[in-house]
Amino acid sequence: MIAFKLPSLGSDMDQGKLLEWKVKPGDCVKRGDVVAIVDTSKAAVDVEIWSDGTVNELLVQPGETVPVGTVLATLFVPGETAETAVPVAPGPVTAAKPAAVPVATPATPAAAANTGAVQRRRISPAARRHAEELGVDLDAVRGTGPDSAVTLEDVELAAKAKAAPPDRALEMRRAIAAAMSRSKREIPHYYLADTIPLERATAWLAAENTERTVTERLLMAVLYLKAVALACVKYPEMNGFYRDGGFMPSAGVHVGVAISLRKGGLVAPAIHDVDRKTLAELMRDLSDLVQRARAGSLRSSEMTDPTITLTNLGDGSVESVFGVIYPPQVALVGFGRVVERAWADHGALKAMPAVTASLAADHRVSDGHRGALFMSAIRDLLQQPQQL
Amino acid sequence: MDTNEIRAAVIATIKSIAPEVEEGELEPDQPLRDQIDLDSMDWLNVIIGFHRRLKVEIPEADYARLTTLDAIVDYLAAKLG
Repeated sequence: MIAFKLPSLGSDMDQGKLLEWKVKPGDCVKRGDVVAIVDTSKAAVDVEIWSDGTVNELLVQPGETVPVGTVLATLFVPGETAETAVPVAPGPVTAAKPAAVPVATPATPAAAANTGAVQRRRISPAARRHAEELGVDLDAVRGTGPDSAVTLEDVELAAKAKAAPPDRALEMRRAIAAAMSRSKREIPHYYLADTIPLERATAWLAAENTERTVTERLLMAVLYLKAVALACVKYPEMNGFYRDGGFMPSAGVHVGVAISLRKGGLVAPAIHDVDRKTLAELMRDLSDLVQRARAGSLRSSEMTDPTITLTNLGDGSVESVFGVIYPPQVALVGFGRVVERAWADHGALKAMPAVTASLAADHRVSDGHRGALFMSAIRDLLQQPQQL
Repeated sequence: MDTNEIRAAVIATIKSIAPEVEEGELEPDQPLRDQIDLDSMDWLNVIIGFHRRLKVEIPEADYARLTTLDAIVDYLAAKLG
C-alpha cells in the first residue's frame, strides 16, 4: 500500500487546500498522472502521483485545507489487492493523518474533519434549505450543533466565507516574503556579472525567424535557457539542491523560469531537461508554461523540480538584475535588456548588441572562480547559437 | 474588412494577452508598449493573435513598424487590402 501525501510545492508552501480529486477509488494511475488539484497561495496546482498503482481510498475531501505531508489517499501497488495489501500504518489508515488539522480555521470550513466521513451527518431541515438557497456545499460545512449537527448559523458562516475568498495577492506576497527571507537568512550569496556580446545570436535569430512562420518563431529567451542548461552540465555545482547541510547535484537540468503575473507576484516553475531539448521544443514549452502560469494552472513537478532559476527581468526594461536564490536551489542567472553598445573590437569601435548577465550563487557550494567559469561558458555558448 | 473591424480585432487581441487594458485609456498615437506592460513573449503572442484572427503573416522585420495602435491598424489594413 502506498500513502500519497500532500507534497510541498515549493519552499514557501506549508499547507494546501484540496480543490478537486481527478481520480476515484478503483482507478488505475500511472506515475506522473494528475490525481488532484490543490490550491496553494500561488496557483491551483495539478498534483501528480509519483508511483503506479490503483486508488484505494481518498482520505481528504475537496474544500479541506491540510498541512504538507498529510496523507491524501492510499493506493494499492500494482499486483496488490484489498486482501493482500499491507497497511501503510498500523491500525486504521486515517491514524497516519495529522490529528485535528489545525490549519482548517473556521474561515475555511473543513469537511467533517475526523468524523470518518461516511457517518451520516445531522443537518437541520432549515439549514439544508438555506444551504440550497445560498449555494453552499453542505459536505464542506462544519457542524457546531449537538452531535456536530449543521445549524442554520453554520450555513450562514460558510456562505460568508465563500463570498469573501482569501486575498490571493496578499497570500502570494507572504509566500514570496517567506521564501526570500529564508534565502537571505540562510544562503551566503555572491554575485557576478558579465556583459555578453550578442551580435551573432541576434543575427542568427533574425535569420532563423525569417524562415519560420509566426507561430514557430523563437525568442532570445530560449537561447539563454539552453546556454544556461548546457553550462550547468559542465558546472554541476550550480545545478541542484542544498539540503540538510549538504549539496546534492541534480542529474537533470530543470530550469525554473521566473514568470511575473499580470496582477503582481511571480512564479518560477520548471522546464524539464532543458539541456536535452531543441530550441523549438524549448520555445513551445516556454510559451505553454507562461500561459499556464498566468492562468494559474501548473503541475506539481513544475513547482518542485527547478534545479536552477533563470530570470529574464530585463526584457524591455532594466540593463541588469541581481537575483535572490530560490531555496533549496543554489544559483540564479539573470539577463537584462539587450542594448546596443559602443564596442571596441580588435582596435576598432563598432555598435554591438549586448546583454548583461548576472549570477547569484551559493557560497556554501561554489566560489567566485567557478562561478566565473560558469558565466564564461554561458558567454561562449551564446557565441555559437547555431549549435544550441 | 474595414478599419473599424480591424481596430476591434486588434484591441480584442491585445486584451486577450493583457486583460487589464481598457480601450478608452489607450492613446492611439502613442507607443503601445509604453502604455501596456508587454514583454517579448506577450508581444509574440499579440503577433500570433493577429495572425490567427486576421490570417496575416507578419515578418519579424516589420515589428518595428507596429509602434502605436494607429500604426498597427494602418499596417494590417494595408496587408489585408
